[in-house]
Amino acid sequence: MAEHLAPYDTPLHRDETAVAGMWLFLASEVLLFGGLFLVVLVYSHTHAAGWAAGVRHTNLAIGSVNTLLLISSSAIYTLATEAARQGHERRIIPAALGAAGMGMTFLVLKGWEWRLEFREHLFPGPDFAISGPEAGGAQLFYSFYFLATALHGLHMLVGIGLIVWVCYRVRTHGGRPVSPMVVDVVGLYWSFVDLVWILLFPVLYLIGRA
Amino acid sequence: MAPMPGSERNYLWQDGTVRSWLLTTDHKRIALLYMASITVFFVLGGIAAALIRLHLIVPTGAIVSDETYSRLFTLHGIVMVWLFLVPSIPVTLGNFLVPLMLGARDLAFPRLNLLSWYLFVMAGMLVVYGLFRGGLETGWTFYTPLSTDYTQGRVLPVVAGVFLSGFSSIATGVNFIISIHQLRAPGMTWYRLPLMLWALYATSVIFVLATPVLGITLLLLGFEHFFHVGVFDPALGGDPLLFQHLFWFYSHPAVYIMILPGMGVVSEVVSTFCHKPVFGYRFVAWSSISIAAIGFLVWGHHMFVAGTSLYAAVVFSMLSFLVSVPSAIKVFNWLGTMHGGAIRLDTPMLYAMGFIGLFTVGGLTGLFLASLASDVHLTQTYFVVAHFHYIMVGGMVSAYFAGLHYWWPKITGRMYPEMWGRTAAALLFFGFNLTFFPQFLLGYEGMPRRYATYPAQFQVLNVLSSAGASILALAYVLPLVYFTWSLFRGARATDNPWQATGLEWRTSSPPPTENFAQAPIVTHEAYDYAALAQAEDATRRETPHG
Repeated sequence: MAEHLAPYDTPLHRDETAVAGMWLFLASEVLLFGGLFLVVLVYSHTHAAGWAAGVRHTNLAIGSVNTLLLISSSAIYTLATEAARQGHERRIIPAALGAAGMGMTFLVLKGWEWRLEFREHLFPGPDFAISGPEAGGAQLFYSFYFLATALHGLHMLVGIGLIVWVCYRVRTHGGRPVSPMVVDVVGLYWSFVDLVWILLFPVLYLIGRA
Repeated sequence: MAPMPGSERNYLWQDGTVRSWLLTTDHKRIALLYMASITVFFVLGGIAAALIRLHLIVPTGAIVSDETYSRLFTLHGIVMVWLFLVPSIPVTLGNFLVPLMLGARDLAFPRLNLLSWYLFVMAGMLVVYGLFRGGLETGWTFYTPLSTDYTQGRVLPVVAGVFLSGFSSIATGVNFIISIHQLRAPGMTWYRLPLMLWALYATSVIFVLATPVLGITLLLLGFEHFFHVGVFDPALGGDPLLFQHLFWFYSHPAVYIMILPGMGVVSEVVSTFCHKPVFGYRFVAWSSISIAAIGFLVWGHHMFVAGTSLYAAVVFSMLSFLVSVPSAIKVFNWLGTMHGGAIRLDTPMLYAMGFIGLFTVGGLTGLFLASLASDVHLTQTYFVVAHFHYIMVGGMVSAYFAGLHYWWPKITGRMYPEMWGRTAAALLFFGFNLTFFPQFLLGYEGMPRRYATYPAQFQVLNVLSSAGASILALAYVLPLVYFTWSLFRGARATDNPWQATGLEWRTSSPPPTENFAQAPIVTHEAYDYAALAQAEDATRRETPHG
């Protein structure tokens, strides 16, 4: 066993271990967001009218653009993983940075959307915009909305950080090939963040809108 | 501790600077960092327990105000559950032993392991900050809306601390599971793994899959506490019961986090001190996995009187009974191992036998609480307090001490004083029973938990319980003293002082930084004492003067 590789036997062993670790961590993440979606399951039934009133006040245009952005971002990131697999070091960085850039755009749009919502008094509290019998359910919805989007946004920030780190590693690796697994592991995380949004989008913007 | 001859190669002395300890990625050193940290929290939680028992000596309460009393038992619960019991065996003995038992150089993610310790320390500091800047009165369960709208206490830092400690648990769980999958030595098949590793694997599954649900629950709680509006808020039509569902979805499996590793330790100790393979290895291994799996399906039994539907309660009741099957398999198999064995009553074995007895009492009284009718009477009484202390203190703390004594020679290279060890084990058993058996009677007679005062007819049993607590305190202080003493003056330990079979006993005591001089190859089953004897014969023939 080469000492600098310890506790692994070979570079491949090390990389496979990292990929396995990421999958297991993502299983943990699924349960984290799973708790949130339980809240949706319960309240979208017990407070159907108020919950739907909340959904109708979200900004479908921004939500749709963001969904497109994020799906495209994941697609572009696959170019980076493919480039790493084929050993085209120089193609990794543009693809990865492109993906990260689209992620940043998502966050900027999301921030703008939040700003609009704060202005419309959609943050739950005493001067909440929606009144009447639906007020309670709508506030439950917006409590969920702000927490879920904040948590997802935080995951996006971490993902963008990881992508930038991959680019940094590729640049400072001085000619030696970067293990494609490193690019893959970050890609797994980025796809997961994407997947969470694919579930959040219908829950926050679509179901109950009609 | 004086360095031993030739000890510059072992992990304790390889590099003695503070910096090398704080930046270490050696799983053995991280285990010791964790051990020091959780000992501090154990003492803190223990002091709170001592004050509680002192207060309850007289019916009107002896020393603190009602409000301070609420904060004291909350402190005791939060510190003991989250900063001692949940991490206890996994992060100390587990961290030390997983790579050694696998025959590996380290855990799969050594830097993640160090990170988990730093997260744990930060979590501990946040919790302690909150508890000392006023504390809180919510109990360790943080039920809403008390914790969100009505509390006068410092909920936010404490909840943030518990949230962080959860990430520390997840990191440990990921590390153990991936290590067991990826880093087994050549020949170490799944059914050759020591049962300790099966138990830690099952524990890690709970760490990884249940802890995130606690995380999101605490986020929702923190949000609501901060903004005074949120998803559990009854004023909006929100459902506080939803909080309880989410909380117990983690916290019931967490009960098994607080017992499964202990079961692993007991399996190792019982086998070694009976000099026999564990009876029914595969049943014991799979019973760990099934306890973890069934543990995810029983959370509703904490809410039988909270207004859940009767049908749900019946289902949860039946599922709760199901957990007793794998638990009983373990107890019977330990007894089967002891049957006909050459039993040596060294300190670890005394603790392990105490574990078996106390865990059995704790488990059987759990059946009263899983039954709907008797639970309605017993819930919220001292019967529940006694029940879970039999599992967590009688069970887990006994097992922790069993493991500490058993692996102490390997960890430190020194023997502890056997006589004092046996004394402490006996004191723990008697002190524990005197403290908590009266609480079963108190609960049966209807004394509610969490009150600072009680009717005068309960005084005799309360005084007995407090007297037991003082013996228990002695049983905790003693090991602290003689373990410290043994670091300096204890006899040097041989590599395999107990004639045990695990890979960890094949390396030196204490092990070198790289764990094994030669990467081990496993050629026989776990607990194969015949193979061990043959191997030792062979070594003796090779080195006639050894």
